[in-house]
Amino acid sequence: MENSAILAEIPSLRRYARAMLGDRAAADDLVQDTLERAWSRLYQWRAGSDMRAWLFSIMHNLQVDRSRRSMLNTQSIDEDEFEVPTRSTQTDMLEVRDLESTLSQLPDEQREALLLVALEEMSYAEIAAMLSIPIGTVMSRLSRGRERLRLLMEGRQPTAKLSIVR
Amino acid sequence: MSKLPITEAELHAYVDAVLPEARRDEVERYLSAHPKEAERVSAYRVQKNMLKALFNPVIDEPLPDNLRTLASPPAIAEARHQRRYFLARWSLERVAVGCVIALVGAVAGWTAHGQYRPAWRMANTSSLPRQAAVAHVVFSPDVGGPVEVSAEREAKLVAWLSKRLGTPLRPPRLGALGYQLMGGRLLPGNSGPVAQFMYNDAMGQRLTLYVSTENTDNHDTEFRFAEEGPVNVFYWIDGKFGYALSAGIDKGELARIAAAVYDQLEHK
Repeated sequence: MENSAILAEIPSLRRYARAMLGDRAAADDLVQDTLERAWSRLYQWRAGSDMRAWLFSIMHNLQVDRSRRSMLNTQSIDEDEFEVPTRSTQTDMLEVRDLESTLSQLPDEQREALLLVALEEMSYAEIAAMLSIPIGTVMSRLSRGRERLRLLMEGRQPTAKLSIVR
Repeated sequence: MSKLPITEAELHAYVDAVLPEARRDEVERYLSAHPKEAERVSAYRVQKNMLKALFNPVIDEPLPDNLRTLASPPAIAEARHQRRYFLARWSLERVAVGCVIALVGAVAGWTAHGQYRPAWRMANTSSLPRQAAVAHVVFSPDVGGPVEVSAEREAKLVAWLSKRLGTPLRPPRLGALGYQLMGGRLLPGNSGPVAQFMYNDAMGQRLTLYVSTENTDNHDTEFRFAEEGPVNVFYWIDGKFGYALSAGIDKGELARIAAAVYDQLEHK
């Protein structure tokens, strides 16, 4: 029975992981670890609570653990990658890919807030509950993330606050 | 009339359409008086739409086998689970059984939810991009009469299409993106009239916006992308309206335009 509830969330988990990590294979690895952990801890899931929020919080914790370990960034090549049916990758999506690389320049916690709002359409309160942080923190991460992304997309460096002195 | 200052958090709530209506009006008034802020808010909205355009296609990708398999309990977890049961005292086991019973009930609801959703999604959106793409390939190459009423008579075009579709319509302005309105036409949809607006850029590249009012299900959809042969289509449903933007240009460029169209239509 849990099977289909979990199955229904896998596409969203993949979308979020892809946006968060920017790499298909790494994202699917994270989803895989999330699902494995979810199964081994299913007894922790409170019946009737939101399965999606629970799975996302597991993924969040895994991701935090990983980036804390600050491992060497290895690029894995996934066989699945070669059977993606839809798009040709030569010329398309220049603009949008810009967004993808710009997104990766945001601090994890800002990117996370931004993506949970934009892609998962979670409410600010849901995000706060899921990450166990105050709602004000969610708002400030979202606000800083959006502004930073905007400046980066416009080719401005939000971090360059040095003024030129001669 | 506005008493409280508008906070940064409220501007974001406005972008995410979660502000109470009364406050939304105040934010709008504030924005019309502060063009710099309005520009910032609009950039955030475009950002959000572009993120959707970029990552929503992942949802429709087929699941890799290793993930699909994990929709069922993996063997290791099962074994670990059993050891846990074995070690646990009888009372704990009873609690666990209670949880499982509750969980089964809760999950039954989820299952139904999960199974119904894909069904409407497909039924609802499969034909819109197809229709729009066909209308695009039929009319956009036409040299003599690509549009029925040209943009020189825009007021007439707007009045006419609004009347025929029975709802106010207004073609978005895409001049900032390099596309000028050429005009529009009325087309037969599934059960009544639909409208098509056509634009071109300086190079003669044509773009069409297909507007249908035939959506009867009350399900809005997010930004979606479809490839119909040589035509790329971004489409979305908002209430009774279905919108589809088609062109033979690359997906990234089209996404940028679609985000602008969406923005103008949703936040007039």
